[in-house]
Amino acid sequence: MNSLPLITFWLSLGSVDPHPNVTPSVLFGLGWLYLVLFAMNLVWTIQSYKRGRHFKLPDLFGGQEAPNAAIWGCYATALFLVATAHFTCYSRPENFLLVMPDFAKNAIDFIVADAKRYFGVTMIAFIGMLLLRNWLAKPNVGWVLLNAALLFLTISLTDWDFRQIVGKPDNVPIVAMLFIVGYFTWLFFYRANDNDRRRLEGRPLFEQEKNEKVLTWPDLVYTEMICMIAVTAILILWGIALQAPLEEPASAVKTPNPSKAPWYFLGLQEMLVYYDPWLAGVVFPSVILGGMMAIPYIDFNKLGNGYYTFNERKFAITTFMFGFLPLWVGMIILGTFLRGPNWNIFGIYEFWDVHKLEALNNVNLSEYFWYGFGQPLPMAPAGSDFWTQAPYILAREFVGFVAIGVYLGVLPMVMAMTVFKTFFIRMGFVRYMVFSNLVLMMAALPIKMVLRWAVNLKYFIAIPEWFFNV
Amino acid sequence: MSGIGKSASMSVGDYIRDSQIWKSIFRHPAPYDRRNRVVVMLTNFFLHLHPVSIKQQGIALSYTWCMGGVTFFLFLVETITGVLLMFYYRPTLEWAFNDILALRDVTTLGIMREIHRWGAHAMVITVWLHMYRVFLTGSYKPPREFNWVVGVILLKLTLLLSFTGYLLPWDQLAIWAITVGSNMARATPVLGHEGPGFQFLNLGGYDLITNASDARFLLLGSRFVGEETLNRFYILHCVAIPLVVSGLIAIHFWRVRKDGGISQPL
Repeated sequence: MNSLPLITFWLSLGSVDPHPNVTPSVLFGLGWLYLVLFAMNLVWTIQSYKRGRHFKLPDLFGGQEAPNAAIWGCYATALFLVATAHFTCYSRPENFLLVMPDFAKNAIDFIVADAKRYFGVTMIAFIGMLLLRNWLAKPNVGWVLLNAALLFLTISLTDWDFRQIVGKPDNVPIVAMLFIVGYFTWLFFYRANDNDRRRLEGRPLFEQEKNEKVLTWPDLVYTEMICMIAVTAILILWGIALQAPLEEPASAVKTPNPSKAPWYFLGLQEMLVYYDPWLAGVVFPSVILGGMMAIPYIDFNKLGNGYYTFNERKFAITTFMFGFLPLWVGMIILGTFLRGPNWNIFGIYEFWDVHKLEALNNVNLSEYFWYGFGQPLPMAPAGSDFWTQAPYILAREFVGFVAIGVYLGVLPMVMAMTVFKTFFIRMGFVRYMVFSNLVLMMAALPIKMVLRWAVNLKYFIAIPEWFFNV
Repeated sequence: MSGIGKSASMSVGDYIRDSQIWKSIFRHPAPYDRRNRVVVMLTNFFLHLHPVSIKQQGIALSYTWCMGGVTFFLFLVETITGVLLMFYYRPTLEWAFNDILALRDVTTLGIMREIHRWGAHAMVITVWLHMYRVFLTGSYKPPREFNWVVGVILLKLTLLLSFTGYLLPWDQLAIWAITVGSNMARATPVLGHEGPGFQFLNLGGYDLITNASDARFLLLGSRFVGEETLNRFYILHCVAIPLVVSGLIAIHFWRVRKDGGISQPL
């Protein structure tokens, strides 16, 4: 049996903090993580040495040529020393120096514990990724980014609250997914940049260059078998390392706070903050699925079929990535790691305080309109029937109906004559209307978010009488 | 190999491969030479899914990411571990939680539950990555439009499989996640009792759509997540959705072949 928990228990006897940031077992575990990082970078150093690239030292240090591998070697050595420090100095955790400093925690929480800033930062990162794709797709840059992300994760684990949220067994796959999605996005840009360069230089595409036919046995069959063995091994190791979560027996009277949907639906649950369930839970998911099915029929671009490219399909790839990365994955991150009790937003290093209060003072578009003119909201006489009420309700909300009508009906026409002129000509009326409405519905989420943050807008159309709020 | 004939110097492996039993199972000699590597793809039930030869770039891992294949393999893993779990698990209020508890604490090979759950999470992720790759290589473009549509349906069914399975442990995590998820259904336009337009469906002043007849009730079999829901989700999870998924996977794979391979123009 592992005696570590017992040792930890004895060592923490003197401690009074119920939520200790660092304990001996945490430091010991982090030592192993740093050791893994060291091993990764050792391999990278050896590969860098084999590639034999050199760089010039600044004149201050003599101006000689030095191998790139020297830098990676220094870095790997530092990681090894850090790992050693974790293995040898864990007996007095409160004195351990290599922890996430409080000012950094506060700075990061300041950014993420606020929907505005969180989306601002993800949007900047997304646009930056597209603009800097040539630089980011370099292997060295990719490796630095991976290291930075892993170091951030590792050092953040010295925080108690961070460990609570990231270490939940069901959240571990989401952390893994972040790295995997990041890696494949990087891989895409690496391959797409290569092909885009080949096109510019008039060389054949990578996919066309080495493309002889090979026999399926053994070339494909063996790859498949190795993949199957790898997946099986990963699943078994994962199953041994992490027990599947099992909480208390179900109870219909004890509502947990927060109550969260399964993690892959948290993007939809996040939409509930901005739109009512009939939209966020029923209409938008249907539109997402329908819209995805419509993609092959509205994408008239014949280029980019069967090879990686960005330049030949800029609009399609940007739109899809915008939907997948900041909106879908980004909102899952927000819903999983940042939404706490009462669906309030908490920083990743912040304690989930059930009593945290956030002022909610949202105003409907109709209220803005009528109160803006110094008028009361049109109201039917109390106790009147449906047909008496309906005109009053429609009059009250007419601005919202006009706004939505303009957005989904008139705006596509305007865009057809301006930004989407070529699209309109090549698609024809029906396909263009489907396309533009799908794009506008996707944009409806960020638009509502911005309006919520800027002017506390609650609903464009607010008819709670009919459960019809937009 | 088979032409060599029986001699004293034959190895055990050759002896087995030359036996009547082996030949009756595999129908042809082992794929050691070019001819038999072609033949094996045509005559083996499991391999006939693949073409005999294939373009080198079409199967490069850095191109395909292997995510569709991994998804299918995970589906098989889920099926096998799921069937094994069904031997232990009883979908009733009395037993559901206790059976999972027993799987965790006392049952031999209870790790099947861990593999099943992590495999399910992994499958959701690999489906997304498969679609991501298919989009990024433009593999949905003609003539593969319809196969992309089948893929989107399979994505939805994968999420539903995971969602219905989420309830089965019958712990706090399960019932509240399903409660939150299924609460959306009561806001279904026209068909949910808190959805816009439910008033349209009424007969002589009586609402046809109530909390005991709306879309959410159809999903849960009850007005709240209860024993009927557990039974309903169990059947959906173990029988109904897997059947549909299996059929669609067959169509998906068949179309991959008929549309000219996994990617690139014909």
